[in-house]
Amino acid sequence: MKILIKNAKVYQNNKLIKADILIDRKRIAKIAPKLNEKADKIIDASDACVFPGFIDLHAHLRDPGHTYKEDIVTGTKAAAHGGYTAICAMPNTEPVTDNIASVEYIQLRAKELGSSRVYVIGAITKKSAGEEISEMATMKSGGIVAVSDDGKCVQNARLMLSCMRYASNFDIPVIIHAEDYNLAGKGQIHGGKISTQIGLSGIPGLAEEVIIARDIMLAESAGAKLHIAHISTAKSLELVRNAKAKGLPVTCEVTPHHLVLNEEACATFNTNTKMKPPLRSEADRLACVKALKEGLIDCIATDHAPHADFEKEKEFDYAPFGIIGLETAFPVLYKNLVITNQISLACLVNALTSAPAQVLGLPGGEICEGAPADITIINLAKETLFSEQNLLSKSKNTPWLNHSLPGRVMVTICNGNLTYQDSEIE
Amino acid sequence: MSPSPQFLGRSMFDLDTYSPEEIMYILEAAKGMKEINLREYKKIPTLRGKTVCTLFIENSTRTRMSFELAANRLSADVVSFQASISALQKGESLQDTVYTLDAMGIDLYCIRHSSPGSPQLVNKYSGKPVINGGDGRHAHPTQALLDIYSIWEKLGDLKGLKITIVGDILNSRVVRSNLIAMQKLGAKVTVCGPKTLMPGNMESVYGCKVEYDLARALQDADVVMGLRMQLERMSEGLFPSLEEYSKHYVLSKDTLKYAKRHALIMHPGPMNRGIEILPEIADGSQSIIVEQVANGVAIRMALMFLILGGKA
Repeated sequence: MKILIKNAKVYQNNKLIKADILIDRKRIAKIAPKLNEKADKIIDASDACVFPGFIDLHAHLRDPGHTYKEDIVTGTKAAAHGGYTAICAMPNTEPVTDNIASVEYIQLRAKELGSSRVYVIGAITKKSAGEEISEMATMKSGGIVAVSDDGKCVQNARLMLSCMRYASNFDIPVIIHAEDYNLAGKGQIHGGKISTQIGLSGIPGLAEEVIIARDIMLAESAGAKLHIAHISTAKSLELVRNAKAKGLPVTCEVTPHHLVLNEEACATFNTNTKMKPPLRSEADRLACVKALKEGLIDCIATDHAPHADFEKEKEFDYAPFGIIGLETAFPVLYKNLVITNQISLACLVNALTSAPAQVLGLPGGEICEGAPADITIINLAKETLFSEQNLLSKSKNTPWLNHSLPGRVMVTICNGNLTYQDSEIE
Repeated sequence: MSPSPQFLGRSMFDLDTYSPEEIMYILEAAKGMKEINLREYKKIPTLRGKTVCTLFIENSTRTRMSFELAANRLSADVVSFQASISALQKGESLQDTVYTLDAMGIDLYCIRHSSPGSPQLVNKYSGKPVINGGDGRHAHPTQALLDIYSIWEKLGDLKGLKITIVGDILNSRVVRSNLIAMQKLGAKVTVCGPKTLMPGNMESVYGCKVEYDLARALQDADVVMGLRMQLERMSEGLFPSLEEYSKHYVLSKDTLKYAKRHALIMHPGPMNRGIEILPEIADGSQSIIVEQVANGVAIRMALMFLILGGKA
């Protein structure tokens, strides 16, 4: 199939350039000021921008095992609606993605039915139980791009060192969810001003920071490539700064919600503000924004974590941690950080495209002739209402439910296929 | 006395959303209720035909009885829901529980729950007013109101009074509600306890004074309130032994010499005699601990009367 995109502002080399784009099957064939090629579909993208398809290093597709929350079909549809063309599936499925059969199941389903590319992340330890190393080398031959016990954290430092040495043996990046269980305790929200005020147990920043400090040291000793998921505190960022200054292969990601919200959002007991790590202090949030701007934070990842209504509609203490993020990521960040001049549009787009591609060595992330036809067309001025009806994810657990946000995804094309199309586009 | 419109149908989650005038209005109403409680026939027909539900997901016999007595004395019908013998043990959600109760025609809920924010949920699911009878470590506004009433009855206006609260500040909902309300009324509150049982940011969050030394905390206090020390804090690694805690933080004749001579002694109960308070103090002439309990019924009657628009 050939698709011709006319009159677009194309994002190339950190700038928006007026051009037409011709997509021929799976590749971007031509980019030029005026193209008049014959095509099966012509999209008029006046007023819109064409960005490389977004890449998410951190999504929970809940498939297999918790398909009442999300599955590979709905999860990738949500991704396409959010402008994503590639997402990494975290292994905390049921059963845990800790073996090659599970890896192949996800890849096969995604290939057959998915609306985006899905890269699989395997578990670090069997069942993510933090007791024995998983068959990560076999999973790597099956296509995993990294290992992680996300949602859980290997508490045993000796085992973690061993996992890192083993992962480095096979050149597999290790992604950590940094949380010391004892320090986190029964914590529900950030241990700070709001936890003192409303009496919900706190998760101190220390719970994250001591594990990041530990794992940087372990990774250095093991020669492992370390990626820190959803970093959230100023002190964690200092640890990463020191590691990077030493030249260690340490990278990190931040979520949209940690860039935009702080602990105050929890004051009304809205369970859609409950996630791990928790929304931190305003000082932590500002440190994350600054670190993103400086490039200390490598990329933005959603930590898309679907939960059903009946699970979130509970007492705060009993509701599960996590919010969905694939569909709202760009609009939330565009509205709160770009329009308010806290970061540039280029900073945002790179953190959603080329930067995550680079962290795990994934294809895509830029628009040029010969590149994979992974793009998203966004009208920055137009708003999307994120109502239950409009959200394509099976779950609706987002603090931006029923918010109308600018930066509307009009079209997403993945591997040359139309994966999302706004009703206004013919 | 006619029901005041600012209370009609209004839930009480905590006291942060109440003005000093509204708090005083409740106290004045409670004064009238206390008078009823002293009669031989302790009952008025004002809430006849209304139904009050005590929804106690966390057990508390004393507080539940206080709410139920209050409702009974106003002639409301009272139904009681206790988690230990209820469907919640079979896995029913709070939402479904409230839908079920609501279908039976409840007019007012009084809830006790271990999870902060639960009273708001009950209000959301039922659309009916809710009185928070204690939600986790968050708030316990009727306790704060009865504490303030008890002080006001003895000492009058709280403005300028030095009130010292001693004990497990970290885990106390009583402290949080009292801090908010007492400071609103102009009292100067000092909280005191070991560092491990004190949030690190009490001063900045509440604007109260924090002391770790009991003698300094009690200096010139007009009112001293002890809090219940819970044994489980030991297994949480927050303090080593009751004996050591007691050595440093017990309210005794010896330690109370730093407070004003006629300082009021209070405790929300139940007390651990010999741990946070010695019998000589708990039963002494300055103690108003038993009166607090009596005032609790009056405060809860006043609230129900105001919220349900009782007729005088």
